[in-house]
Amino acid sequence: MSEITLQDIIKPENLVYKKTSLMTNKALSYCPGCGHGTTHRLIMEVIEELGKENETIGVAPVGCSVLAYEFMNVDMQEAAHGRAPALATAIKRLWPGKVVFTYQGDGDLAAIGTAETIHACNRGEKIVIVFINNGIYGMTGGQMAPTTLPGMKTATSPYGRDVATMGNPLKMTELVATLPGTYYVTRQSVQTPAAVRKAKKAIKKAFQNQLDDKPGVSFIEVVSNCNSGWKMEPVQSNTWMEENMFPFYQIGDLKVDGKLIDR
Amino acid sequence: MGELKLMKGNEALAEAAIRAGVDGYFGYPITPQSEVIEYLMAEKPYERTGMVVLQAESEVASINMLYGGGGTGKKVMTSSSSPGISLMQEGLSYLAGAEIPCVVANVVRGGPGLGDIQPAQSDYFQSVKGGGHGDYRLIVLAPSSVQEMSDFVPLAFDLAFKYRTPALIISDGLIGQMMEKVELFDQIPRLTDEEVIKRHPWATNGKPVGGERRILTSLDLDPHKLESHNWHLQAKYKTIEENEVRFEMLHCEDAEYIIVAYGSSARIAQKSIQLAREKGIKVGLLRPITLWPFPKKPIDELTKRGIKGFLSVEMSAGQMIEDVKLVVEGRTKVEHFGRYGGVIHSPEQVLEALEQKIIGG
Repeated sequence: MSEITLQDIIKPENLVYKKTSLMTNKALSYCPGCGHGTTHRLIMEVIEELGKENETIGVAPVGCSVLAYEFMNVDMQEAAHGRAPALATAIKRLWPGKVVFTYQGDGDLAAIGTAETIHACNRGEKIVIVFINNGIYGMTGGQMAPTTLPGMKTATSPYGRDVATMGNPLKMTELVATLPGTYYVTRQSVQTPAAVRKAKKAIKKAFQNQLDDKPGVSFIEVVSNCNSGWKMEPVQSNTWMEENMFPFYQIGDLKVDGKLIDR
Repeated sequence: MGELKLMKGNEALAEAAIRAGVDGYFGYPITPQSEVIEYLMAEKPYERTGMVVLQAESEVASINMLYGGGGTGKKVMTSSSSPGISLMQEGLSYLAGAEIPCVVANVVRGGPGLGDIQPAQSDYFQSVKGGGHGDYRLIVLAPSSVQEMSDFVPLAFDLAFKYRTPALIISDGLIGQMMEKVELFDQIPRLTDEEVIKRHPWATNGKPVGGERRILTSLDLDPHKLESHNWHLQAKYKTIEENEVRFEMLHCEDAEYIIVAYGSSARIAQKSIQLAREKGIKVGLLRPITLWPFPKKPIDELTKRGIKGFLSVEMSAGQMIEDVKLVVEGRTKVEHFGRYGGVIHSPEQVLEALEQKIIGG
């Protein structure tokens, strides 16, 4: 029997996975094991599948995903910290036929950009907001975020988050779901193939809402790990996320087609 | 002859925004400029031209809406007054860094802090010396009449787009609130989406089919690349300084003394000059129209001609005087006069200051 070579395997009929052309070839700057890269890919796959690569404008945040525009192969604007929903508001208002999304972390969306987030949601801007929540400030070296769990140790809560002095974690997704301007609000994760498939479905629904001119924001929280910031191995961080983050940040839809889901 | 109307400065600015073919106005109310957004909301420009008018949640949001909207190649504008403009400084730095054109109008009031709601010119430093972080400049136009509140809107947009940089129209509560006759320019049509796409290939309005994506950012983590970007910005600012200086000279031909004043102060100084000339004092007015780029050349030429002294008249504790001194370089006397904190000097007080500080001093 002759030996099977690599060339024998690389054939169209054997193709099981293909990188979307809407991800650039630049190596991701994220730590191995982090959920950012997967979420980037899902958004770009959805835009490709919807055939909107030439009609999409994305807004990148400040935080770990500050360089999102390096990886997402669509027109992109880099916003000041927390202001992405304000940028997206104007872009969508001036180009109502285009597809507009923001990609933001918890520090960006839930701390410094709280006002922009709430008001864009409350005005019912017809945009998609993708919110990565890993409960920590990753880029600046693992400081406490508005989403940091009670008791969780970070660089600025080295003895654990004391809610009496440091305040409580903020559930932005629950908060925006109560606003009349949000049309679709969901919380997803990307730590397992099943979760990735569900998250992609949610992202697709969000963008489809925008294409269908549905009234209001489609808001997707992706609960993610931060293995570097949490000082864990990637697999260990995913387990920790499932055991600690998910009970507090419950996965699933909060609002569908403008109606709150009974949870 | 265009349409003649009696209007407040703020209303003229708002009407000019519609007529200049602005695509989007994003604002937040603050005295003494709230008439701008009130006028726009009442006028329904979305019916007249298709212009978007949106009341934002803050000045921080307004300026970032300009970043988003301006970044798509559309004509976007906001207006505010001093405390609100302070809030916009972060955004202006990002806009300058990412080279996004837009127009911001500041109807200045007394400061610092919450200050008051009376006219002032104490935002000169903030306007011409940077304001936000980093090495950047804004093109700064200073109207001194309701007419110029209107005329400078299309001019500011022309300059903003020509150089891909934010332009600032700086007036004050006096010009914003006073009513004057204004000749309105004819409607300039808004560009169609296709024209915007064709005219501004740098703008992020959807990746061209078969083309490269566009990125608008002020970030570059490589210091050498960021330095190169800064060199590019500085070269652009040099071109602006060489080509876009605007000023007006009045009674300077035989003048022995010069009052340097812009905006409301220039209007007041005109009366002071009349009073002075009635007393036989030969004084002229140099009115900077662009505060940046600053009219250095005429001041230098006047200094070389042997002007006996410059009086910088500003409703501030003395800000523009620093730029006058930088040109004069000690060759002749330069003094400041001005009331501030919302107090407006009278023509007589200006004349008295000229006599005491320059002629008699």
